[in-house]
Amino acid sequence: MTALNQLTLTEAREGLATGEFTAVELTEAYVSAMAEARTLNAYVLETADKALAMAAESDKRIASGDAGKLEGLPIGVKDMFCTEGVRTTAGSKILGNFVPPYESTVTAQLWREGAVMLGKLNNDEFAMGSSNETSAFGPVVSPWRRENDKAPIVPGGSSGGSAAAVAAYLCAGATGTDTGGSIRQPAAFTGTVGIKPTYGRCSRFGIIAYASSLDQAGPFARTVNDAAILLRSMAGYDPKDSTSVNRAVPDYEDAVGASVKGKRIGIPREYRVEGLDPEIAGMWEEGAQWLRDAGAEVVDISLPHTKYALPAYYIVAPAEASSNLARYDGVRYGLRVPGRDVQEMYERTRATGFGPEVRRRIMIGTYVLSAGYYDAYYVKAQKVRTLIKRDFDDVFALGVDAVLAPATPSPAFGIGEKSHADPVEMYLQDIFTVTVNLAGLPGISVPAGFSCKNLPLGLQLIGRPFEEETLFSLAQVIEDAAGRFPVEDTWWVE
Amino acid sequence: MSVDQATVRRVAHLARVAVSEEELEPLKGELNAILAFVEQLADLDVANVEPMTGVIPMELPMREDVVSDGHYPEKILANAPESEGGFFTVPKVVE
Repeated sequence: MTALNQLTLTEAREGLATGEFTAVELTEAYVSAMAEARTLNAYVLETADKALAMAAESDKRIASGDAGKLEGLPIGVKDMFCTEGVRTTAGSKILGNFVPPYESTVTAQLWREGAVMLGKLNNDEFAMGSSNETSAFGPVVSPWRRENDKAPIVPGGSSGGSAAAVAAYLCAGATGTDTGGSIRQPAAFTGTVGIKPTYGRCSRFGIIAYASSLDQAGPFARTVNDAAILLRSMAGYDPKDSTSVNRAVPDYEDAVGASVKGKRIGIPREYRVEGLDPEIAGMWEEGAQWLRDAGAEVVDISLPHTKYALPAYYIVAPAEASSNLARYDGVRYGLRVPGRDVQEMYERTRATGFGPEVRRRIMIGTYVLSAGYYDAYYVKAQKVRTLIKRDFDDVFALGVDAVLAPATPSPAFGIGEKSHADPVEMYLQDIFTVTVNLAGLPGISVPAGFSCKNLPLGLQLIGRPFEEETLFSLAQVIEDAAGRFPVEDTWWVE
Repeated sequence: MSVDQATVRRVAHLARVAVSEEELEPLKGELNAILAFVEQLADLDVANVEPMTGVIPMELPMREDVVSDGHYPEKILANAPESEGGFFTVPKVVE
């Protein structure tokens, strides 16, 4: 029999409903798996006691017939989500001792449906990074390794802890946030499924802000169906977030397995960038063929402003970050480093509390918003966003239902391999994902192949606003054709 | 556009981040690498393009202008590095 923690979320839901095992038994399996996997550094805080207490309550509700949609299912939470009474750090020293007095809406909805919280997952500091190496808690180690090579590999970022924990069976599913690719890139690196829904689909209330016009929450899971189950409970209108959209949340599970016959899939020629890894290019072609075999029509399209997306992102995101992170001043919460006067206290607190990548982005943001530069940088970048969104509007107007592209330009790299390079080299990781955030569209990453070194690779599907269902249907076709990508060797178990 | 050491010092001050003299030169290099990267946008003519103000076209919701939350100062102060008598405290600001 498969160990309980290796079941998919869908299988675990079935086992709990039929009484094959209890929520406490399932949670215990995860709690011991987490204790054996500390070398991966996926969790920054394990909440085993809370998890077991929540599971016991779930068992009571299952027995009395009051089970919620996620009853008894153990979930990990990215440390960007505020959890009431449970330390929340954003992976930063500046929030090292912050215990939120309130709960984020997304996690509150998970607990309302009966999910069990296993703990808080590591991420790049304030979600700024693509390898989980900027976290104040140190890097997360991927459960994947290159063939015949023990060198540690990054799980991607910024939701590296979420991706690694789902892949390594340390939770049945996890929450993530995605500002430029922080769900889709780590999902691709770890053989997991990750979806960033349409901007406004999930409430941002209680999620520590990085770049407010780009940030969006979404789930990580081991299968497409599992991701559909989780997103249904995470999504929905929230009066506490004025950018959340008041629109009914469909049952995404109904879309999984639905026919994709006649769907029109666009292949954007601008994504065939120079130097694209041939393995990635091959997987991309294979993915298009799988969709064709399932009855979809595959057409070439053009998204002419694609190459301007990443430069625009590195104006918009730091600008918004510099404003959002102004609140960390050593006065109301978090770290305080004393100084002679209040000015020096602010400067020392922020110099000590923020890591180098966060400091860099705050300074870039401050510069582009400073007097005389606002129009040249920020307004210009917002105009480029209009053009990028128009590119997508134009192809959707031609009847394209979704765009198929790689999720990342390369397979996962080793820890430390890029950390001393020019910061821009790391930014290029998001070349295929960032357009989606700038245009506010939904995007899903689904595992689709292996690199020659036996590391997983992911394909990305981009949809029309609020048409996540189409993405789930198409992603299931890819999962059916490519198979799943479970980690076979649990080498990290001590 | 590129920045010199004096600009790095000024931006660090605006951002309220203490930067030592030794950090200025490496920071200058890193910031200039990023600024050179975003400079690609100069190729693009956006004269007749409206800047994006929201990704999903919608009207901001309105509500009654009334107090809808609050009355728990102890919760708000619970994470403060220093507080006294129901207030946040900071080093002396006025002489």
